[in-house]
This record gives sequence, C-alpha cells and structure tokens, in this order.
Amino acid sequence: MDRLRDKIIPVTTLLALLVVAWYAFAVVLNGPFQRDLDRRAGETPSYTEFLVKTWSQPKPTLPAPHQVAQNFFKTTFQVKPWSARSLVYHSWVTLSATMVGFLFGTVLGIVIAVGIVHFVALDRSLMPWIITSQTIPILALAPMVIVVFAAIGITGLFPKALISTYLSFFPVAVGMVKGLRSPEVMHLDLMHTYNASAAQTFWKLRVPASIPYLFASMKVAVAASLVGAIVAELPTGAIAGIGAKLLSGSYYSQTIEIWAALVAGSLVAVLLVALVGVAGRITERAMGGREA
Amino acid sequence: MQPASQAVVEAKKLGLTFHTGDGPVQALSDVDLTINKGEFVSFIGPSGCGKTTFLRVIADLEKPTSGSILINGMSAEQARQARAYGYVFQAAALYPWRTIEANVALPLEIMGIAREEQKARIKRTLDLVNLSGFEKKYPWQLSGGMQQRASIARALAFDADLLLMDEPFGALDEIVRDHLNEQLLELWKQTNKTICFVTHSIPEAVYLSTRIVVMSPRPGRVTDVIESTLPRDRPLDIRETPEFLAIAARVRDGLRAGHSYED
Amino acid sequence: MSRFGISWQAGLALVLCAMAAVALPLAADAAFSAGTTVLIFALIVLCALASMTVASTAFAAAILFVGAHGAAWLLVSGIAGHEGSARASFFLLVAAAWLLAWRCVTELVTIRPKNRTADTMLRLIVPTIFGVWLLLLWEALVRGFGIPFVLLPPPSTIAVRIANSLPVLAADVNQTIFKAVLVGYVLGCGTGFAAAIAADRFIFLRRGLLPVGNMAAALPIIGVAPIMVMWFGFDWQSKAAVVVIMTFFPMLVNTVVGLTASGHMERDLMRTYASGYWQTLFKLRLPAAMPFIFNALKINSTLALIGAIVAEFFGTPVVGMGFRISTEVGRMNIDMVWAEIAVAAVAGSVFYGAVALVERAVTFWHPSIRGG
Repeated sequence: MDRLRDKIIPVTTLLALLVVAWYAFAVVLNGPFQRDLDRRAGETPSYTEFLVKTWSQPKPTLPAPHQVAQNFFKTTFQVKPWSARSLVYHSWVTLSATMVGFLFGTVLGIVIAVGIVHFVALDRSLMPWIITSQTIPILALAPMVIVVFAAIGITGLFPKALISTYLSFFPVAVGMVKGLRSPEVMHLDLMHTYNASAAQTFWKLRVPASIPYLFASMKVAVAASLVGAIVAELPTGAIAGIGAKLLSGSYYSQTIEIWAALVAGSLVAVLLVALVGVAGRITERAMGGREA
Repeated sequence: MQPASQAVVEAKKLGLTFHTGDGPVQALSDVDLTINKGEFVSFIGPSGCGKTTFLRVIADLEKPTSGSILINGMSAEQARQARAYGYVFQAAALYPWRTIEANVALPLEIMGIAREEQKARIKRTLDLVNLSGFEKKYPWQLSGGMQQRASIARALAFDADLLLMDEPFGALDEIVRDHLNEQLLELWKQTNKTICFVTHSIPEAVYLSTRIVVMSPRPGRVTDVIESTLPRDRPLDIRETPEFLAIAARVRDGLRAGHSYED
Repeated sequence: MSRFGISWQAGLALVLCAMAAVALPLAADAAFSAGTTVLIFALIVLCALASMTVASTAFAAAILFVGAHGAAWLLVSGIAGHEGSARASFFLLVAAAWLLAWRCVTELVTIRPKNRTADTMLRLIVPTIFGVWLLLLWEALVRGFGIPFVLLPPPSTIAVRIANSLPVLAADVNQTIFKAVLVGYVLGCGTGFAAAIAADRFIFLRRGLLPVGNMAAALPIIGVAPIMVMWFGFDWQSKAAVVVIMTFFPMLVNTVVGLTASGHMERDLMRTYASGYWQTLFKLRLPAAMPFIFNALKINSTLALIGAIVAEFFGTPVVGMGFRISTEVGRMNIDMVWAEIAVAAVAGSVFYGAVALVERAVTFWHPSIRGG
C-alpha cells in the first residue's frame, strides 16, 4: 500500500502530465506548418479540427504520443520480426552487439581489476590512466574504429561489440577495484591472524565483499555498452540497428520513425538494466544479503 | 606463581615507533612483560597509551621497532603461522554474507580442517557462548551482544590457547556488558585459556583479571602491574566487596600517577 | 631484501638480446648502421646487468630508465622511414627494452619517499612511463610491421598533424566546446539543480521525479540528437540542446539525494533554532549536498562532451569536432581523426580537472578531500 502511495501514484501522475504536455507541445510545434497548409488549401478548420490535424501530420516536427505508439506497434508486432522494417529486427541487431561487448567488457574489467589489486606496479601505472579515460569522450573513437575495420574487410557485429567492450570495461574495472578493496582493515587483520594465504583472502573475503560493487558497475556498463553499440551504427551507412534507424529517420525527416526507434532503444536499455538488477539481487540473496 | 617455562608471552625492552605526517610517535617504549599460562591479564589506560598496539604486536599485526617478543617461545610471526591465538576485535567484524555458523567456520576452512570436525567444533563453540539455535541466522539479524559472542566463538573455534581481546565489549551497553563479562569468566574457567584483554573500564578490568597492566601515553609505556587478590570464582556482586574496591582504587591511582589525563 | 638478486625482467631481457643477436640484422634494409646496432645492444645488456648489481633502488631505477628509453628511442627513430622492413630481431629488442622499463617501474614503486614532493613526483612518473611506452610500442609496431598509415597512423604522424592543423583544431574546439558544450552544460546543470530544489520542496514531485530520473540514467538519451538537429537547426544550438537533456537528469538525481545527506542531529539542531526552510537549505543542507552536486558536475563534464560530439554526427555547419571526425573518417584521413580525438581527450581532462579543482576548494572539509 505504501508503495502505491510513495511511488506508483506520483510516477504515474508525473508521466500523465508529461503526456499532456507532449500533446500541447505538438500543437505548438506543428501548428505553424498546419496553418500554412490550411491557408494554401483555402480551408478554415474549426479549433478541434485544427488540433486533430496537428496530431496527425505524416512528418510532424513533434509527433503526438499516439502516432509514435501506432508506429511502434505496427513495426513491432505487425511485420515479420526478421524483415528490415521491423523494430524487433533492428533492436536485436543492436542488442546482440551490446550483449557480446558487455560480456567481454565485464570479464576484461574484472581481470584488470584483480591485477591492479594484486600488483602495485600495475596499480600505479594503469589506474591513473583508467581514471583519466573516464573523463574523455571515448565514444568519439567509434566512427573511426568502424570505418578502419570496414577497410580491412571486417564489418557487422565484431567492430560494434569492440566499441561496447571498450565502453563497458572502464566502469567495471573501476568498480571492481573499489569492491575488491572495500573490506575493512579489521576484516583483513582477521585473515592475517589466521595466517590466510593471499588466495584465501581473495576468495573468502575480497570476492564476496566486491559483489555489490560489481553489479552496481555492471548496470552502468550495460547502459554505456548500449550507447556504444547505437553510436557505432551511425557511420556504416545506416544498414541495420537502432542507430541506423535514427540516422535514416534523420535523413528523410521521418520523425515518427525516429521516436519509435528511441522508444525501442529505451525499452532495450530498461530491459538490460533490469536483467542485471535481477541477476544482482538473486546473487545477493544467495549470499544472504539484506533486503534493500 | 607458575614456573618460567609456562610463559606464553614474553616482551623484553619492546618499543614501537610510528612515522606519521607530524613526525615520529612512540606508541610503545621499553615494555617488559611476561604473561604466564592460564592468566587473565587486562591492559588499561587512556587513548594512545599503546595497549591496543601491544596486543597487535603479539598478534603480528604490527612489527616492533626495538626489543623482542616471544609467544610460546616463538617469534610473533611464527606464532601466527602456527595459529597460536584467537583475536577478538572492537567490533564483531563478522562477514555479513555468511551465517553465524559459516562465520565460525571461516578460520576452520582457512586452516583446512575436515568438514565433520568443523561441524563438531562449531557446535561446541556456539554452545560455549550460548548461541545454539542461531546457527542459520545472519549477523545483522542478531543484537550487538550476540554478534560479539559469535565473534568470540569464531576466535575459540580453532582451539588456540591464547585469546587476544581488544576492547571486545566497548561498544555495548552496560547491562549487556555485565552479562558478557560473567560469561567470559565462566568460559575462561572452563577452557583454562590465557587471555589478554584491552579495556577502558576500571571495574571490568578488576572484575575479570588475575593481573592488571596499567599503561600511560606519550610515550606508550607500562606504569604499574597490579596482581589481583580476588578468588577465581567471582559472582557479579563481588564488585561491592571492599577487596574489589581496594584493587580498583589502586588501578585508579596507577592511572593518575601516569599523568594520563592531564593533557 | 637482497639487492643483488636476479630480476626476471632483466634476465629475460638478456635472453631476448641473445636471441636478437642470433637473428641479426635488425631490418631487411639499411635502416640501422652497425654502430647504432651495437649501441642498442650495449645499452640494454649493460643496463640490465648494472641494474642487478648496484646497491640502491633509486640508482637501479635510474639506470633502467636510461637504458630502456635510450634503446627504445634508437629503435623507433631508426625504423622511421624504413617502415615494414623490421625483422624478428627488431621486435625482440623492443620487447627487451620494454622489460627493462617494466623492471624500472617495479623498482620505482618500492621506493617510499619521506617528503611529499618526491612522493607526488613518483606518483606522476610511474603512469607517465606507462603512457610513454604505450606510444612507443604503438610507434614501433606500426612502423616495424609497416601497417598502412591510412589504417593506423603512428603517434609521431599524429603529433605532426596536430602541429600543422592548429587553426582548424582551434576553430573546432571553439565551435564544439566553447559554444555547444559550455552553454548546454550550464543550462542543463542549472535547470537540473532548480528542478531538484523544486522536487525537494514538494514531496509528491520528488517521489515522481526520482524514479524517472534514475531510469533516465540508463537510457540512450544521445538518440534525441537527430530530433534536436531538426528543431534547432544545424548550428551549435541543437548540440547545446542535446547537452542540456543529457546533463539534466544526473544533476537532478544527485542533488535530490545530496539534499538528504545531512544528518538527523544537524537537522534537529536547525529545528531547535526555529530556522526556516531556506535558512536550513543554505546553511546546512546545500553545503552537505556539495559532494553529491560536484559528483554530478564531474559526470556531466564528460557527458556534455560526448553529447556535443555525437550530435554533430547528425549534421553541422562545416566546423566542429564531431563534424571533423565524421568527415575525415569518410575521406580516410585517419591521422586527422586521431588528432581530433587527442584534442577531445585533452579538452575532456582539462574540463574535468577544472571542475575537480573547484570541488577541492568548495568541499575541503569532506573526508575524501582531506584524505582522511
């Protein structure tokens, strides 16, 4: 009951307000063009007719929510999922690159973090660079990586996944270093009094302590991974994927398509983050974690 | 008095200097102390007197910069490798992702003890600290006093003869603390272990100990060692007897003589 | 620890040298004179041996530093102009020099200097050596294997390109950073902050906004770029709009969370003074929220740059960093792309560094800054 009052009602109210505002903006933004059309056609529509017309243009400046919903529904459920017109197809193309990149990025991040925690030389040499690379727009590399790989004949999933790997690796590495170093001094001293080996301290203390950090950084990483895959789809001449959909939409001013692609991208993002969240919760529960 | 061969801890001219940003700090200076088997020795003194540091030196968590220390005739590092002692920290320091029994099992796993034997020992030590029935609970489902009892069980689980306790009850309220003190004495009688116990509290030190080591800071040093004349059997109300109060007064005098609270 | 031990890095470096000597010459053509070749071998072998015999760690590190970088420099400058002619011997020597640098770093990290400046210097030198070696290996491999510069230009070519294209790069930075990024960043952080204060005043708004804001962090917001380009045109205004949207939510969420960071006791104290909402806000809750707000400002500094550059992929006037990257990629002028990326990296670090400096000044009291 508290959940209803504290979360569901406020969120739905806010979202409902957003939808109302969206319709209002659609009128404001699409209005001038509609008036122009009507004047040329010599029509003088009533106020309601004018409103409905601003919400049903084929290439509106801002499509109304129901137009986006219709397009999304049509391209998701009413065409074959393997056809190039299907959003399911494009989402799948992006999702597969994201997943492959994310998995490799996570593994790489964990391996590097373990190295950093165990070797001082690696910590001092590499850690400053990893932190610095979080401050720079790595995503700018994406078009070049894609084009260079295309030049040597490698296209498709691999170069996109490479960019996703690269983007998801940094948050995981940083989060895992923090996590593996999170045990309190007292817990480490305790292991010392047992004369535990480095491996025992690692498996019995550092690894369990780092699990919450791992999943928190994996959530960030999976989102970054998706953005990487989408941006990586921009320079290839818009063949397949959500990024390609955005680009072709912007070429032909198909605003409704752009919005539908955005919705698809957001759904994929929510799905991925939710999956990582569920995996995290299951792991933590298995480890006896407290209910959050 | 026990013969000298029974010495569990032998410190000679022990000194330890920390190098901090504000220059060197003498945490321990010229500490000479011998602790014999079966003794219950309390270390008392104000903050910075080196009582915790001394315990950490015994445990090989700090290295002395001068002098020598022997535990069971071995160096501190050898003693640690031989798992000669159990250590109880100020906080329970239980792993939140392990149940109480899994926490007690931790040192046993690390020392490679067989599963069956582990089970037997967990049962025995949890019985000893009156925590039977809580094996499957997680630490955060227990009260502070119960957590600290679990951490004592963990220190007892591998049958080391020496128990090092660093203000184990400092964070608990007085009622719980009285109760645990009573239980600790009971446990000491049953197991005949040697216990080194760091505390801030004069009544606690007097109530528990066979010997009280008074320390004072700047530099950290031993200023007085008081032998207790109390019998081994100590009900809680022994604390109202004149004998108890006399020892407490001596400890207080010892602390004052160390100029400990003047600056 | 005995100083007179054999280190495996130096030992392996000697083994590699021996293998390289067997596999001579270094290059298929006359890239290396006999004198240079002897000098390289001498540097590596002597420094490896010396590092295992001298008594002081600092001295050993200095010897290794000179040996590794001297040899690497000779190798890299020798192969320049003779791309693709390198033979196995060349790569073995590069590996040997790299091992010496590794040993040098391993020696350096064991030094525990007493005074602060020396410690800071050491903390800078170690990652610098790593960065330099990344560039050296890049240079050596690209030139040694003769990888076409069209695919992967060596760092030296990129540096020359940066030096030769300063006016173009400056115009791009001006367009992308000083217009789109800064304007968008200020507007986005500002509105995010204002929304957070509003959300703090009205609990209903907070309960609605916080889950939405948290979810927004995971969404590929960058996708609104084509829409913004349609609405606000090709110039910097559309990029600034993307930046506003991208920076709004992190600021909102962090500020809202930060405003709850002050302790109960402190807030109760303000209540006993009968202080009003705004007084409590300015005297207690905002200062306590500063670490969170600066966290958002730092996250946003990177997001803003990404937003502006990627938005330019969707259309710009003929200037801007994203524009330059996408068009030069199309023309296969990869060295110019790398130049632009290098500038973007520097700009990102400087931006982040500037925010971090202000943070140090404002939240000097926070344990993470005091170094507690």
